[in-house]
Amino acid sequence: MNSQFRGVLKQIVVLLAALVGALLIGAVFLLLAKSDPIKAYGVMFAGPVSDKFGLTETLVRAVPLLLVGLGIVISFRSGIINIGAEGQILAGAIGAAYVGNSFPDMPAILLLPLVFMAGAMSGAVWGGIAGWLKARLAVNEILSTVMLNQIALQLYLFLIRGPLIDPQEVSYGTGVPQTALIPEQIWLSRLIPGTRLHSGLIFALVVAVLVYVFLWRTSTGYRMRAVGAGPEAARYAGINVQWYLVLAMALAGGMAGLAGVVEVTGVHHRALEGISAGYGFSGIVAALFGRLHPLGTIPASILFGALLLGADMMQRAVNIPAAMVMVIQGLVVLFVVSSDYFLKNPSSVANLKVKLFGKKVNGEGGK
Amino acid sequence: MEGVMNSAIIISILATGIRLATPYLLAALGEMFTQRSGVYNLGVEGIMMMGAFAGFFATLHSGSPLMGIVASLLIGALMGLLMALVSVTFKAEQGISGIGLYMLGWGLSGLLYRLYVGGITSIDGLKTIKIPLLSDIPFLGPIIFDQNVLVYTALVLVPLSGFILFKTSWGLNVRAVGNKPEAADTLGVSVERIRYQCLILGGMLAGLAGAFLTIGQANMYADNITAGRGFIAIALVYFGRWSPWGILLGSLLFSMADSFQSMVQVLGINFPYELAVILPYVVTIIALAISFGRVWAPAALGKPFQRGTRG
Repeated sequence: MNSQFRGVLKQIVVLLAALVGALLIGAVFLLLAKSDPIKAYGVMFAGPVSDKFGLTETLVRAVPLLLVGLGIVISFRSGIINIGAEGQILAGAIGAAYVGNSFPDMPAILLLPLVFMAGAMSGAVWGGIAGWLKARLAVNEILSTVMLNQIALQLYLFLIRGPLIDPQEVSYGTGVPQTALIPEQIWLSRLIPGTRLHSGLIFALVVAVLVYVFLWRTSTGYRMRAVGAGPEAARYAGINVQWYLVLAMALAGGMAGLAGVVEVTGVHHRALEGISAGYGFSGIVAALFGRLHPLGTIPASILFGALLLGADMMQRAVNIPAAMVMVIQGLVVLFVVSSDYFLKNPSSVANLKVKLFGKKVNGEGGK
Repeated sequence: MEGVMNSAIIISILATGIRLATPYLLAALGEMFTQRSGVYNLGVEGIMMMGAFAGFFATLHSGSPLMGIVASLLIGALMGLLMALVSVTFKAEQGISGIGLYMLGWGLSGLLYRLYVGGITSIDGLKTIKIPLLSDIPFLGPIIFDQNVLVYTALVLVPLSGFILFKTSWGLNVRAVGNKPEAADTLGVSVERIRYQCLILGGMLAGLAGAFLTIGQANMYADNITAGRGFIAIALVYFGRWSPWGILLGSLLFSMADSFQSMVQVLGINFPYELAVILPYVVTIIALAISFGRVWAPAALGKPFQRGTRG
């Protein structure tokens, strides 16, 4: 137990070092642009924690990050790299808005579960396609999910501009691409009045615990992790690798779909343009930062929720483009994947100085 | 319909097709070298975005597209170097490293554009150069020999990279490192050095591919100007089975379909817009699905090399 605690502590130190490293490089870019990094980072970090607005808005952003991140944990742990969450969020959002608006008079106790199911299923199908393509036709899932993102975006835009557009937008002639508001009985309740923080937060936290139980306490979860640890060995052990690849992608897509559902039912109350807001990529960063553990992803999602909010605040206060946060996230990913090397061989730090050759004990790299 | 498909239109479709193939061809040939040495670089899209910005920015300030080309090569080399550091030296999982590089290039190009340029600005890009005599060949002349310098570069790179890969000792080393790194290492070939070289070369070509979009085609910069072309280029490497001629074939099929599709729209033939935009992405997935068969892939692709273990 003690050594386990020390291991966790060491990982936290490495992660924070990765974050600091990314921020320092980010600061160099700010300096090159003749901006004051201290002032910029001051706003970025102080803003989200300085008042009720900052704290609740941080959590509002953490909810979709956590749900997407949980899907990423499931898929990465199963050895499949899902970067299709952007498209899966859109699938979930449009599914939720469509089903919600189809039954405006249904009581919430029936409609809300139905809407959640519809969104999760839409995301699961969209993710499952990539899983099936990989399992059956050996199509690289990174490439297929990128393509599916683009396809989902066009289909989504087509639907909210055309068949599913709010009839009011048509009658007023404004034509803003968005669906009608979903029935009020399925708007998620506000946890703190006067803020946007909604009960989707509690839902996401419960899902995080369920994902942990699923991956580490059920035989299905065990098999999925076995496939991720080594597909060849898993196959010899009689595990149907193809089936678990499809399942992993469907579950990951379902989680991202749920992120779309909570954005619709909790925040916007309709499907509108730009609803995925980059959560599909930030969720990957949150999951990696949470060391691909469902419970670790909780604090990581809150941290990156704060970063996303802070970047928006920085843009408004000191006029530094919010694209900065994408730079930092990209750097964090590179730092975190590189830091595995140092975590796995403690001696490598010393070795590195001598010669750039380690003797890393490594599982399956890539495919 | 009769008068519509006359030879002027066919020539125009084919010439546009060759031009549109250029970014795919440049990026995919670079990625071919990278993968032949055993490394996936899935950050090509991010490098292309950086190359597109650098090419645009240098051209805007120097007034010379040549400077834009140099800038995009340099930034591409730097991004390739970063990928090499992470995936070769630190032996990080290559798929995820690639995503990190993609996000970095995406964020950084957007950030720099907003900080240094701001609004929409157009530039004087590359001019087309008619090649004397050759451009007078009927039919083929106007299609192939009336293009800008990056189009010619991409076309020349096809046989050239085939020659380098299969007929030079460096090319032999690249293939050895990608297939049997242990054997190459035993023979005194530095696996790491070759992989660094290939990642930097691939990065430079990806940067150039990005520059083509800004200084060779649009004559401006816009967010997400690459529109997934970097990922499509990687798919074309699979489709082309890691060979330059296969990649040329794939790039042309792809760009000709694209050119035909836009011509159909110009001519006002009824075809749903969303479907037209989605088409290249659907075609990419289909291309990946029919080009399965791992036999063709470099054996050590995706596996970090460590001395003293057997692969």
